[in-house]
Amino acid sequence: MSRGAVGNGAPVLTKKDFESDQAVRWCPGCGDYAILAQLQKVMPELGIPKQNIVFISGIGCSSRFPYYMDTFGFHTIHGRAPALATGLKVSRPELSVWVVTGDGDGLSIGGNHLIHALRRNVDLKILLFNNQTYGLTKGQFSPTSTTGTRTKSSPLGTVDRPFSVLSLALGAGATFVARTIDTEIQHLQGLIREMAEHPGSAFLEIYQNCPVLNDGVWESLKDRHVKADHLLTLEDGQPLVYGKESDRILRLDTKRMRLVPGRRGEQDGLVEVAHDRSAPDPALALMLASLAMPEFPAPIGVLRAVREPTFDSLTRAQEARDREESGPGSLRELLEAGSTWTVS
Amino acid sequence: MVIRLAGDSGDGIQLTGTEFTRAVALGGSDIATFPDIPAEIRAPAGSLAGVSGFQLQFSSQEIFTAGDAPDALVAMNPAALRTNLPDLPKGGLLIVDSGTFRKKSLAMAGYEVSPLEDGSLEDYRLVDIDISKNVQATQKGSGLSTKEIQRTRNFYALGVLFWLYGRPPETEVESIERKFGKRPAIAEGNVRSFRAGYHFGETCELFDASYRVPSAQLAPGTYRNITGNEATALGLVVASQLADQHLFYASYPITPASDVLHSLSNHRRYGLTTFQAEDEIAAVTSAIGASFGGSIGVTGTSGPGFALKQEGIGLAVMAELPLVVLNVQRAGPSTGLPTKAEQADLNQALSGRNSESPVVVLAPRTPADCFDMAIEAVRISVRHMCPVVFLSDGSLASGSEAWKLPDPETFEPIEVRYRSDPEGFMPYLRDEETLARPWAIPGTPGLEHRIGGLEKEDRTGNVSYDPLNHEHMVRMRQAKVDRVADYVPAAEVEGDDAGQLLFVGWGGTYGAIHQAVRVLRNQGHRVGHLHLRFLNPFPHGIAEILSRFERVLVPELNRGQLRDLLRARFLVDAHGLNKIQGRPFKVCEVVEAGQARLSGPSAREVSL
Repeated sequence: MSRGAVGNGAPVLTKKDFESDQAVRWCPGCGDYAILAQLQKVMPELGIPKQNIVFISGIGCSSRFPYYMDTFGFHTIHGRAPALATGLKVSRPELSVWVVTGDGDGLSIGGNHLIHALRRNVDLKILLFNNQTYGLTKGQFSPTSTTGTRTKSSPLGTVDRPFSVLSLALGAGATFVARTIDTEIQHLQGLIREMAEHPGSAFLEIYQNCPVLNDGVWESLKDRHVKADHLLTLEDGQPLVYGKESDRILRLDTKRMRLVPGRRGEQDGLVEVAHDRSAPDPALALMLASLAMPEFPAPIGVLRAVREPTFDSLTRAQEARDREESGPGSLRELLEAGSTWTVS
Repeated sequence: MVIRLAGDSGDGIQLTGTEFTRAVALGGSDIATFPDIPAEIRAPAGSLAGVSGFQLQFSSQEIFTAGDAPDALVAMNPAALRTNLPDLPKGGLLIVDSGTFRKKSLAMAGYEVSPLEDGSLEDYRLVDIDISKNVQATQKGSGLSTKEIQRTRNFYALGVLFWLYGRPPETEVESIERKFGKRPAIAEGNVRSFRAGYHFGETCELFDASYRVPSAQLAPGTYRNITGNEATALGLVVASQLADQHLFYASYPITPASDVLHSLSNHRRYGLTTFQAEDEIAAVTSAIGASFGGSIGVTGTSGPGFALKQEGIGLAVMAELPLVVLNVQRAGPSTGLPTKAEQADLNQALSGRNSESPVVVLAPRTPADCFDMAIEAVRISVRHMCPVVFLSDGSLASGSEAWKLPDPETFEPIEVRYRSDPEGFMPYLRDEETLARPWAIPGTPGLEHRIGGLEKEDRTGNVSYDPLNHEHMVRMRQAKVDRVADYVPAAEVEGDDAGQLLFVGWGGTYGAIHQAVRVLRNQGHRVGHLHLRFLNPFPHGIAEILSRFERVLVPELNRGQLRDLLRARFLVDAHGLNKIQGRPFKVCEVVEAGQARLSGPSAREVSL
């Protein structure tokens, strides 16, 4: 999809052009800083005219994001960013619309809007920062907190079961589903580029650390001594290999239709599968999405990327077709439709 | 002449009513209709809950309501008779399908003995026709099933009415053929029953007279019959054309507002998008998103859905973006009476949001006025960069009247100004006249900026927690809305412009109050009528009008929301006439309340 100003004589932009004049107010050490920096870095490379980029957010720590991007931005109300962004995108299909949300904003109060935006395949780029806690309201449990989490609002431990975020996105029919970690800078950058290129809803879950209220929740995926044993970096067409020595693998138990961890080269009747992100059937993606730590590694990368027509383009094409087939219509024609009579 | 059709909700009463309305309108009568629909799509057949009604007033004179009491009642089954007979004055014409008066349906309607046999209908001009049997005989050999044949009963009744009121049957035959064109056998069946009904009226000596209503003396022009919801939709399409901007209408299905969504969905070639959102909140926020992008964002709903939208409306107040919110009010609270009309959302519209959150509120007064007010709502919203709430109600929405088509050449364009110059741009730097901030839309180079629900610093629009700035901005948002009063017509009184009694009304009660004022003035009283189409801000001139009358009476289909507002704002001893039955006012109710108020002590005496 061509979006570009690059090569059109437009000025070459840099990271600086995407930094707003507002002081960033996240806590020191917040994972959001790294995510902000990567977006500011990648945006100039996308070839999208700066004035056509819009960041929309709801409420929460992550939702402060638009204030720090020197693009058009709208910090809206709790949970509603995907709905507001849908109205904007359908009205102005030429815009590149990014939604920034969190596990509370996007999955709890705004869960309905998120699944419907994904279901419709609205051309929105949705970044969901998952830190398993409510930051702005100071540490209550979220819909992704693991069962038993003790917080101010759950001193005895939660009895809620957490969402499998990516399963939810896939279940809603998302056409692009990926995951990364705030500290995996190169990986994050690559995914931002891919999202920008993907026509349709692109959903990225970012494991993000809240150093104040839920520090270290992703530690096993970040600690350089152990993370290789817990992270499965998905590569299209490649077997599901992980581990420090690349000696571990997930293979398919075809009798029970599930992925099973094991050692590479073992002969035990399990079937080696190659990752296929563009498979029309989301079965493998769903299996990967539902893998829960610590029994399984956490997959990062693109679980699913398929092409489907977008809601916004289909909607506007209908209108254009109607105009073509029935004519543009005049006000007189509009008013006089149906049975009329004349009094003279 | 007022006719009421009543039958089971599966009997096609609304269709019959609409067809008959069309026929009398084409004959040159002035018309006003009021459908009375049960909330259940198909309540058990024959039950009292499942009775659907349609009332039509037509006249050679100009009329303003669907009429108080019917002159003629058509009851298609015992339940319809039971629920509607109390409204038929003695001596009224009563047509019943006697074929439905069988043991089971009589019992369902709560009759132990058939009212056709116990003499209880003696006071009426009863015409009982076994329509059920007659259609069966008419359709012999047609190939239709018994069930299909029975479903043509409404057209038989329509045929009787056509003969009775002297309407030419051929136009209806054409209409049936058009409507059922895809199912020729059904079309043929309906035409047969319709003709059979017509001929029954013609040949049978049951009717002592047939009625000829002469054409009304309406102003010259082209007319059509229009409901409030249709007029609202057309107004929005026209507004979008006058502004030369894309219109985005987002709605979640809800009775009785859904017809606006349906209607607009048929007009997308005019450059508008309709979006059936996942919920009410998505509907309002997606409309705000569209407005942020420079489109005309509109959302529509009814009472409970309006409650769900309030946080979103607050966002549009804070972000100072255009937004039109239609609320087709219905009786509540909660789910209430979804198909019945009420005017009880005025308070909700004015102050149903957190904190100081002023919006413009306006209310159309007749079905056709919905057209003009929808255009005004869009005009105000984009000129003043603020949400506008459009308060229609169930009786306006589904009721209809004859509408003289306006000449498109006379429409005033809606000016839309997007900011384009980055030089000196600040998101909250206001226009000196309107106090509106600039509409700076994405895609405009050099205008990149951020807005949101957090309090804004004056001029820059940056997030600000400064206490004095907050107070300043609260007052500024209020002042901006208050200034809209400079742009709308001053209050105008109809009838006497000074005197004993002033009626103050708003919304769909216009017709009933207007008629009542006529009656009272004919009785020699000096009575005025002030009908407010703008409720926030109030138009200029109200205080002065109030001061010219001795007494003030405020008829409302609620417990007195406008009355309280008038008392608070103008320190006037306004009394209320309040009806909360899910039904519109009858003219006689307003007249009686007016007479009682006229004979009571005047406001001035009380204050002495």
